Amino acid sequence: MEIEHLSVHFPINIGTVRAVDDVNWELRQGEVMGLVGESGCGKSTLGFSILRLLRPPGKIVQGRILYKGRDIVRMPEREILELRGKRIAMIFQDPLTSLNPLFRIDQHFIETLLAHEKGLTRKDAYRRAEEMLESLGISPEKLTEYPHQLSGGMRQRIMIGLGLILGPDLLIADEPTTALDVIVEAQFLDLLADLQKRYHLTIILITHNLGNVAQLADRITVMYGGSIAEVGEAGDIFENPLHPYTQGLLASIPNIKLDQPKLKTMPGSPPDLVDPPQGCVFHPRCPHAMEVCRVKKPGLVKRNGRLISCWLYG
Amino acid sequence: MKNLAKYIVTRLLLTIPMVFILLSIVFIVLRVMPGDPVSSLLGGHAPEHVIEQKREALGLNRPLAVQYVNYLWQICRLDFGESMVFKQRVSKAILEKLPATVELTLCGMLITLFLGVFLGAYAADKRRTARDYGIRLYGIVVYCIPVYWMGLMLQLIFGIWLDILPIAGRTGPRVFASTFEKTGFYILDTILIRDFSALLDILQHLILPSVTLGLVLSGIFVRLTRTNMLDVLRADYIVAAEARGIRHRVIVYKHALKNAFIPILTMMGLQFALLMAGAVLTETTFSWPGMGRLLLERIYLRDYPTIQGIIIVIALFVALVSLVVDIIYAIIDPRVRY
Ligand SMILES: Nc1ncnc2c1ncn2[C@@H]1O[C@H](COP(=O)(O)OP(=O)(O)O)[C@@H](O)[C@H]1O
Ligand SMILES: [Mg+2]
Repeated sequence: MEIEHLSVHFPINIGTVRAVDDVNWELRQGEVMGLVGESGCGKSTLGFSILRLLRPPGKIVQGRILYKGRDIVRMPEREILELRGKRIAMIFQDPLTSLNPLFRIDQHFIETLLAHEKGLTRKDAYRRAEEMLESLGISPEKLTEYPHQLSGGMRQRIMIGLGLILGPDLLIADEPTTALDVIVEAQFLDLLADLQKRYHLTIILITHNLGNVAQLADRITVMYGGSIAEVGEAGDIFENPLHPYTQGLLASIPNIKLDQPKLKTMPGSPPDLVDPPQGCVFHPRCPHAMEVCRVKKPGLVKRNGRLISCWLYG
Repeated sequence: MKNLAKYIVTRLLLTIPMVFILLSIVFIVLRVMPGDPVSSLLGGHAPEHVIEQKREALGLNRPLAVQYVNYLWQICRLDFGESMVFKQRVSKAILEKLPATVELTLCGMLITLFLGVFLGAYAADKRRTARDYGIRLYGIVVYCIPVYWMGLMLQLIFGIWLDILPIAGRTGPRVFASTFEKTGFYILDTILIRDFSALLDILQHLILPSVTLGLVLSGIFVRLTRTNMLDVLRADYIVAAEARGIRHRVIVYKHALKNAFIPILTMMGLQFALLMAGAVLTETTFSWPGMGRLLLERIYLRDYPTIQGIIIVIALFVALVSLVVDIIYAIIDPRVRY
């Protein structure tokens, strides 16, 4: 999948939030791409754009999202409906609220299956749901329960089952473990890694937790203020972050193995996306800010096998 | 299920004190009001001793407290007593009129519910469009219109100008009273004896009164549904359903509406008393032979026992509806536990 010059705006009464600003991005078949950055930097908006699920007043104002050569941005409604769930699935932060409280789990599965596969009987759909639950290590009896009867971890696994029931090849997981406690979180990430191999999934793992991506991601994209700061192999980024923002981000995570004397927090706060800074959005917080950073926005350039958007690297 | 049964019994027991409080208020208000059944029976100019005689016969000369206790004791034995103005059992007078009122209010409620809920949901789905503003305006306008004025307008338009619907009564002249011997609920009766031309006639007579009642109250439900739908449509599970490729219409009218319906139901239970009040006015406007008209008529005559009896029946009806609403609520929402 390729994204070209994508911009997403939220017109609100005090101005326009430029949540995603001229983003170019590329996903490889079968990889786990970690999408990280402070909250409010546009990660979710980017993820939602891929399924054209932006909440009003959000709007894609320019750019293309090419999925298997077809542009999602300009796709007719009927085709996008088919894409959702069947080709591209998405799971969300809060499994507590992602299931309709008035419907049983099996009703969620059956509805999803019947919406996409014409001619499927309810009985077969139920059987498929049972198989899916078994493959996720959940007892099929849970199908007849209501969401409020299940634990958070269970519900998130159900969400993933719902996401995968139609056999998509791309899964967008938007902070899937934020609402879970640490042990459940670890189990869930293991499950995700396992499913990725089993179903040959491409995964976009959106998170602000660098530990999560370290565990799973093949590559990492660092976002800042609606733009992409750096894209590279996960190992490279952790060992040798190039963008000053990535460096700051890595310095700010606690590491028990290295005997770090003190945690560095980044000075300043994320930019106001209604009125973003001129030039590079990161320059007001950047320790290496130069004259050019204040006036001109850097483009993404290739450097040591990764993409980076910073004037330090030309 | 056992809990539900226990809940129902508790609720029914709770209605008893409610009815008694209401009854006491009515009892006192009626006797404080100027005039009594004797003056309506004999007119204003009867000789003093005749009036006294009549008062004694009706028990009105006894102290108020004694009258009150006697009446309560009578009600506890489920005896509504005898009318003070006509030679007629109160229970018979009420039972004759009850079906007409039940038919009218239930139809009115259905119309209110369908109209209000559908328009409200549609407006929420199309929020900030011309249609949304139109529907909201409709909601405010019908809410402000008095019932009798709405009734008169509908009578004028559909009964007089267009001349397509009857404007008074429950039946036309060609339908005979013997048709309705089984239950008194005309719709049910005509279906039971399979007299479909009579059924058609009944329904035609029902249209204007129940639409009047339904329209006036639908305003509240338009607003309530729209507000709830806007909240629900923002919920995560709505986006999640969209992400699974479920069609928009299914999401709005199945997923969202079912959730938004819960507070609407609660409102329905609460508003039912208002609906009964509207029914009294509607019955008067449309010469509908129901309890509302009976109540008004007997208030003029100060027929104490009949008025009190009607109040009890209306209160029980309201309590019953709110109980049914609660049970439906429990069926819809799996999280509800009693
Ligand atoms: N519905 C909305 N209306 C207005 N602004 C929004 C809306 N949704 C998101 N935004 C803005 O878009 C920016 C990006 O948000 P988001 O994509 O949710 O960030 P992230 O997922 O990285 O935390 C934020 O500045 C946020 O305030
Ligand atoms: Mg987010």
